[in-house]
Amino acid sequence: MHGLSTFEPKNGFVKWLEARLPILSFAHGSFVAFPTPKNLNYWWTFGGILSFMLIAQIVTGVVLTMHYTPESTLAFGSVEKIMRDVNWGWMLRYAHSNGASMFFFAVYIHMFRGIYYGSYKSPREVLWILGVIIFLLMMATGFMGYVLPWGQMSFWGATVITNLFSAIPLVGDDITVWLWGGFSVDNPTLNRFFALHYLLPFMIVAVVALHVWALHVCGQNNPDGVEVQDIHKDCVPFTPHATMKDSVGIAFFLILYCWFIFYIPNYLGDADNYIPANPMKTPAHIVPEWYFLPYYAILRSIPNKLAGVIAMFAAIAILAFLPWLDTSKVRSGKYRPIFRIFFWIFVASGIGLGYLGAMPPEGGYVLAARILGVVYFGFFVVVLPLLGLFEKTTPVPASIADAVLARTGSASSVAASAASAPQTKG
Amino acid sequence: MATATTVEPTRRDFLYIATGAVAAVGAAAAVWPLINSMSPDASTLALASTELDISAIPEGQIVTIKWRGKPVFVRHRTAKEIADSEAVNIATLPDPQADSARVQKPQWLIVVGVCTHLGCIPIGHAGEYDGWFCPCHGSVYDTSGRIRSGPAPRNLEVPAYSFLTDAKVKIG
Ligand code: HEM
Ligand code: FES
Repeated sequence: MHGLSTFEPKNGFVKWLEARLPILSFAHGSFVAFPTPKNLNYWWTFGGILSFMLIAQIVTGVVLTMHYTPESTLAFGSVEKIMRDVNWGWMLRYAHSNGASMFFFAVYIHMFRGIYYGSYKSPREVLWILGVIIFLLMMATGFMGYVLPWGQMSFWGATVITNLFSAIPLVGDDITVWLWGGFSVDNPTLNRFFALHYLLPFMIVAVVALHVWALHVCGQNNPDGVEVQDIHKDCVPFTPHATMKDSVGIAFFLILYCWFIFYIPNYLGDADNYIPANPMKTPAHIVPEWYFLPYYAILRSIPNKLAGVIAMFAAIAILAFLPWLDTSKVRSGKYRPIFRIFFWIFVASGIGLGYLGAMPPEGGYVLAARILGVVYFGFFVVVLPLLGLFEKTTPVPASIADAVLARTGSASSVAASAASAPQTKG
Repeated sequence: MATATTVEPTRRDFLYIATGAVAAVGAAAAVWPLINSMSPDASTLALASTELDISAIPEGQIVTIKWRGKPVFVRHRTAKEIADSEAVNIATLPDPQADSARVQKPQWLIVVGVCTHLGCIPIGHAGEYDGWFCPCHGSVYDTSGRIRSGPAPRNLEVPAYSFLTDAKVKIG
């Protein structure tokens, strides 16, 4: 998309640099002049919040690495040393561990936002799929990071998750031994997980760059789901408008983040992880980090090993197919009354599965997880394809400017939005 | 300048393809050491056997020892446990195997203490059959270490072992 203003360097050095590497005009076009839809709400600040969290994780992580020892007999002690002896070590560690939770909290909101407003629909399919790849990389990073303190949950979480690969027919056991670098999770496993935990966030940075590039090609979606027609009427420049709004979002998010770091730093953690890893004793109740619980519940609800593993991975992979599963031509949930109901049922199924993932795998809990698993997949493979055919949507405004004016009660816009007749087909 | 378009593959096409193929093989060969370096190393493989004195294990008790970084259960079975294990109709089992195929001497059951579901350590003398119960996702094993219910697909693995004397067993 073309910008709302142009970059005209006057300074001699800037002109000199521009002729050799036009990086300043590129930054200006992307983060200053970039046209941002006028009607964005605060759910759109989560992209900025995520970027902030990614940087926060990298910065705290690099400093923690200076004090951490990735060796199975020393790792637990080195983390305790960070907590007790290293200057501000406790804060760095709590910022990093709670930072991961905040990162996932934000990404889940960001993704639900995308689903509610149909942000994955044409032409943003590639943008969406890049997001799913980021999500996968985040999960791999979070999982391997949790192994590093080498407590009981680290060890047994790593054991259970790496054993998922043993479900692969024929070669599963060989793959698992290869992943471990031994016959069980042990020092070689810890070492390689540390190497990858350091590497993956930088791969996330690279995919985020592609994600933002794709975003800047298609332009942002917006709460009304109508494409920008006239950037002068429909948009405002990124700076100061989006920059300021994102800053407000980040500031409020920081309050939540700091509350966790300083008041309840272990609330989201597991007490068992303060017991050093013991390969000869499984804790009575193994639970992964909260952000994996919905998928863990799906895994456990199926009594067959291979089928459980497939269902768990499918629950994540299906997100990538969303642009083609949703057949409705109306993008935003704002104009899709029936979709909205199913959307909230879908959100509730996700939260419910998360709750069940933390409960023991017995009786009623397993049954409930099966029901919610069906609801979860049903949303993707039954509801979304069919709604596009049967749902009666409400009138979509002709443009973003019309939508904004209609909300602020301008007379001229009422006629304009009435002009677009109700759609019977999605 | 006239451009000649030949339909016939030229000698140059052949050289391009041949060179590309050699480069691809070379790249694959260079990747292999990287992948293979992640497999268990020589020192890990060298720790492959353990010996245990079983004369001190009273009837009815399970002793857990470490072999290749994982637990191995050595269970001195009671007459009732042996009888229960042998009485099962193996056609009803998820992973059918006769008790006799899982022991060398009926009173000694030796199995790897790793749940065949996702690798937790099952708890002994627990579960419906008083064999083992896995706390992670609820797999139940009998006194022969065979899977009876729950998500685990296979029986507890029987490692390679041999009785060196009546009192000494070598695992691995
Ligand atoms: C490290 C993680 C991520 C970062 C840093 C990130 C960053 C951003 C930023 C800065 C934006 C623009 C502002 C906004 O619209 O909120 C954006 C938009 C978007 N993101 Fe992400 N994102 C991440 C993960 C994801 C994931 C996991 C998904 C989905 C699976 C996703 C899907 C989208 C979509 C569809 C848009 C365009 C939305 C629109 O403009 O309506 N993102 N992202
Ligand atoms: S690991 Fe034993 S039941 Fe899952």
